[in-house]
Amino acid sequence: MAVTRRRIEGSTESGYDADVLVIGGGPAGTWAAISAAQAGASVVLADKGHCGASGATAAAGTAVWYVEPDPARRAAAMASRYEMGGRLASAAWMRRVLDRTWDGINTLAEWGYPFPDDEGGVSRRNSLQGPEYMRLMRKQVKQAGARILDHSPALELLRDAAGAVAGAAGIDRQRGGRWEVRARAVVIATGGCAFLSRALGCNVLTGDGLLMAAELGAELSGMEFSNAYAIAPEFGSVTKTLFYNWATFTDADGVPIPGAASKGGRSVIARELLRQKVYARLDRADAATAAAMRAAQPNFFLPFDRSGIDPFADRFAVTLRLEGTVRGTGGLRLTGPDCSTSVAGLYAAGDAATREPICGGFTGGGSHNAAWAISSGSFAGTGAADYALQQSGERGATQGAGVAALRGRGAHPVDATALVRAVQAEVMPFEHNYFRTGEVLEASAARLDAQWHALRASGPADAGSVLAAREGAAMLATARWMYRSALARRESRGMHKRYDFLEQDAAQYHHLSSGGLDEVWVRPQACAPDAALAPQDRRLAA
Amino acid sequence: MIELISADRCTGCNICVRVCPVNVFDLVAGAAPVIARQDACQTCFMCEAWCPEDAMYVSPNADAPEAVDEAALVASGVLGSYRRGIGWSRDTRALRGGDQSFRLLGGGPAK
Repeated sequence: MAVTRRRIEGSTESGYDADVLVIGGGPAGTWAAISAAQAGASVVLADKGHCGASGATAAAGTAVWYVEPDPARRAAAMASRYEMGGRLASAAWMRRVLDRTWDGINTLAEWGYPFPDDEGGVSRRNSLQGPEYMRLMRKQVKQAGARILDHSPALELLRDAAGAVAGAAGIDRQRGGRWEVRARAVVIATGGCAFLSRALGCNVLTGDGLLMAAELGAELSGMEFSNAYAIAPEFGSVTKTLFYNWATFTDADGVPIPGAASKGGRSVIARELLRQKVYARLDRADAATAAAMRAAQPNFFLPFDRSGIDPFADRFAVTLRLEGTVRGTGGLRLTGPDCSTSVAGLYAAGDAATREPICGGFTGGGSHNAAWAISSGSFAGTGAADYALQQSGERGATQGAGVAALRGRGAHPVDATALVRAVQAEVMPFEHNYFRTGEVLEASAARLDAQWHALRASGPADAGSVLAAREGAAMLATARWMYRSALARRESRGMHKRYDFLEQDAAQYHHLSSGGLDEVWVRPQACAPDAALAPQDRRLAA
Repeated sequence: MIELISADRCTGCNICVRVCPVNVFDLVAGAAPVIARQDACQTCFMCEAWCPEDAMYVSPNADAPEAVDEAALVASGVLGSYRRGIGWSRDTRALRGGDQSFRLLGGGPAK
């Protein structure tokens, strides 16, 4: 099926009619577009930047949760992070994600992805190089027949008279003008929200899809799991926490900091950074490991090589860059195995969707996230296509669902730069987001609420600043769901640690849904231990 | 942040304009693109990876601009080093399949 180009009378807009619109062109969006096209749908993929180079994956390298279909290995893989995630994950979801990821990665090999062989001649497929992977995915999206709109940020979703999603509208930020895609189903694959922290590849990830979906009434889940910080050289953007497993962390004099570690000791680094500079040196890596690192992710070394630093021999100052929900697990709440949301026709995939089904409240690094992107992208693309192809008849009238910074009643538009800074001032400091306490979160959430109401009282942003204003609005909305959820979870579970409630509390064993814009709400969603993952619980219950 | 598009090397193909995720560059008819919005640069190095002429230099400093000397950068051989590193240069293609992450994903050094 082909996408139809549609003339919009009396306007310079580009119009398209499609079965499925995918918003976001990273791993999840590209898998969604390919899956939807393979299911027989006409597909448009709109990326804020360039599909193939945009997002957290393209600029990096990522491990993949790729586990051979051997029952014992699969069981061990599923159990490995269940406790760390606060028992919020589901065995059924993990099984189908492991299955889908296995198939997806092997499909990549068929498409020509150059997986390395080990000494025994075995193809090793548990890691992907971002540039290579995403360049290939762009090619495959085109071959599948989907139409790609680059540099085309969506500003708002469209709804029909019944409240179902009916497409999206946005701008072409290189050629100017607006675009509108009428679609019978939409996949939100816009990534998580890293709050413009300049963590590698993450500045396109500002929560845009979460805001757009919430404006249609979609719900979120797990937004308290949103306090991921990654280690980077103080001056640089490259975050690769795996390699810091081989680091010794010291003060300026080279004295090791007790307990500081990439894994299991990152909060010690944060605590220390509040007092003084922290230095790292990858001095626990032997020569073979160092060589493997260079071959594994060449861009990890660019900042060092270009600054005359030998990271294996020299101490260098480090910082923690906020990755927010990108390596957290909160996102749009899924209502079915097809990655549907609570809005008819609206699907979510990748970091824009909650990853609680496979990770619960914790995700260590790329591995699960990369598997989730492949799997949820495929599920959402297929689900959206099936839904779209069941709809028939004329497309009815649509209207834009966007509110913040688009349809305000005020006389003056919001100052987007000031808005972004105000949100960053609430979410970036370790004292707020890392070392969470009720008192600090409450004060922060109140200031964020005030920002929201000021934003709602402002006027529509002009063409030159509308993208920045919408990004600021999305960051603001995301921060409010995060902190209201973090306040509601008066315990420590997964990555969410409350320093005034250090223990896990059996009475709070539930997911937290959230949503709302002018009034943010949070409510518990029932959850039960998965007998397949925690057999001892079944014994206790019996 | 992006600091250099070498006018000597640039052929005006504008691939960097297209691939930059945060739209830092502006196209200029008949000439090299310009760095129009340097403050938006996220130091992701993608423009360097995709530039077929090795004409770009991204400074490792993510939070502030830095003055660079093109002649010194050329002499140091740094231009194009990322593209060569990931196997996207004609003479380094073998590196495309050289990912050694599987040796590292065990987790860390022996205690």
